[in-house]
Amino acid sequence: MGTKVKRGILYAALILLAVCCLLPFILMMINATRSGSEIVSSFSLLPGKALSDNWATISSYFDLFRGMRNSLLVAIPATLFTAYFSAMTAYAMAVYKFKGSKILFGVIVVFMMIPGQLSLIGFYDLITELNMVDSYLPLILPAIAVPGTVFFLKQYCESVLSPVLLEAARIDGAGEIRIFHKIVLPLLSPGIATMSIGAFIGNWNSYLIPLILLNSPEKFTLPVMIASLNSSTDITRNQGAIYLAVAISVIPILIAFAFCSKYIIGSITAGGVKE
Amino acid sequence: MGKELSATRKKRDINKVAYLFIAPFVLTFVVFSIYPVVRTLYLSFTDYKGFGEAQIVGLSNYIRVFKDKFFWRALGNTVRMWSVNIVLQLGLAFLLTIIFSDIKYKMRGLSIFRALFYLPNLIAATSVAFLFKTLLDWKYGTINQMLVGSGLLKAPINWLGSTLTAPYIVAVIGAWMWFGNSFIMLMAGVQGIPKDYFEAAAIDGAGRWKVFFQITLPLLRPIMLYVAITSLIGGLQMFDIPFLMCGGTIGNPSGSTQTVVMYLYKFGFEINQVGFASAIAYALFMIILVISMIQFKAFNKKEA
Repeated sequence: MGTKVKRGILYAALILLAVCCLLPFILMMINATRSGSEIVSSFSLLPGKALSDNWATISSYFDLFRGMRNSLLVAIPATLFTAYFSAMTAYAMAVYKFKGSKILFGVIVVFMMIPGQLSLIGFYDLITELNMVDSYLPLILPAIAVPGTVFFLKQYCESVLSPVLLEAARIDGAGEIRIFHKIVLPLLSPGIATMSIGAFIGNWNSYLIPLILLNSPEKFTLPVMIASLNSSTDITRNQGAIYLAVAISVIPILIAFAFCSKYIIGSITAGGVKE
Repeated sequence: MGKELSATRKKRDINKVAYLFIAPFVLTFVVFSIYPVVRTLYLSFTDYKGFGEAQIVGLSNYIRVFKDKFFWRALGNTVRMWSVNIVLQLGLAFLLTIIFSDIKYKMRGLSIFRALFYLPNLIAATSVAFLFKTLLDWKYGTINQMLVGSGLLKAPINWLGSTLTAPYIVAVIGAWMWFGNSFIMLMAGVQGIPKDYFEAAAIDGAGRWKVFFQITLPLLRPIMLYVAITSLIGGLQMFDIPFLMCGGTIGNPSGSTQTVVMYLYKFGFEINQVGFASAIAYALFMIILVISMIQFKAFNKKEA
């Protein structure tokens, strides 16, 4: 009997915590439909009628859909690069015996622990030398080499691929490159998908690197565009417009999460939990 | 014999393909990861201004970092905000892990709660920053309206305008964003513990706290270490939220929310003292290294 009551209390606490996680987003969506003066004068959980006015304020300042398109232009190729080249590198390290393999693995592990700010200045300097400032290339190309993803996929290779299968394909006369594309990639696809979700979210949300590299407003990715709200007095005067802009930036991720939360959560533990 | 020889030769040829497979990774890695780290190290010994020639100045940037009271203030701010953040984040994650792994209560709905708790982590920090900056507005923010309207507060609080609240607001938002992530990691660790252990303990008549302290906690140690070190590396690099909520690199009010990476950003990208900024990067790296090693030692000691 006491257990039942206690369990009830625990559920109530869990629900309260879940509300704390959701409430800011709910307030955001409600306030996105209210006018600046309504928001300023009182708090309400009922939606208002100012959605189109707020939208007009935002679109007179910037094109959020362009920001979204820009973010996709960076995040999609970057994710594909990470997926393909990480699988290729991980496969080579798991299956072949070659000189330098141990060193490569060591460097990968060390770089997984090195904080990103350590390379920030050198990276910017390099991009300036290469004349690639204000281009998407330096946001996309480094995605070819992501140590954490290689580390995870190498372990995945070791648990999924059987040497017998590869040997059988070789006896059938398949070349190594063909084996990788026709046999290995399909077998690795669950692991690759898991890592790709994490990679996509990371690229989509990335702020500091695009902030230092992109100069032209028409090239801004969504997070950089949202951050530029700070400098618009038209918008900062109208809180409804800020809420709407933030809501538009958040909604695609919320929708994606509603459909594939299971895989997204799988991708978090994949990187950290190693049996 | 001849057959064997050709087989071994073929094997050697096969292994050479590995170089082709790793080539794109290695090339990209050398150019975009290793070179920048080495370049930052080189620049930290120069007076580089972002253009023109760089003069070697020895250790003077490091000496300047060491003597710079604003660097120490930024480090103090970062550590203070990170500590509050990490205590809340891991405390909450631990509490949730205890609740969901309890053998007596057998709580349901793990996957739904897990998803809801993780949600804040999914949203771009820029969006989170603007959302809370607007919600926490002193005079017109929704949070003050709710608190004053419900009678919890007599007058609105200037959350982001006071040194007594602003750093802690940043810390709480960090915890709000990350506790779900830590919880998922810890819970995955619990689920990785073989069921037999718990069953055997139940047969032996062990109480739930005994099970938690004798079985769950010791077996979670590797994951706890992982969570502790990753949140240290991430936390000491705190940038987006305070940068966007607290007036750029200044870290309003009165620099109380200025983190080390904001300070680095100021010198590296706003006033172009690139050499000095590089030295800040390496100083922070060394601090992270030392704290990680202490964490490592602390976790290993418990094992003995």
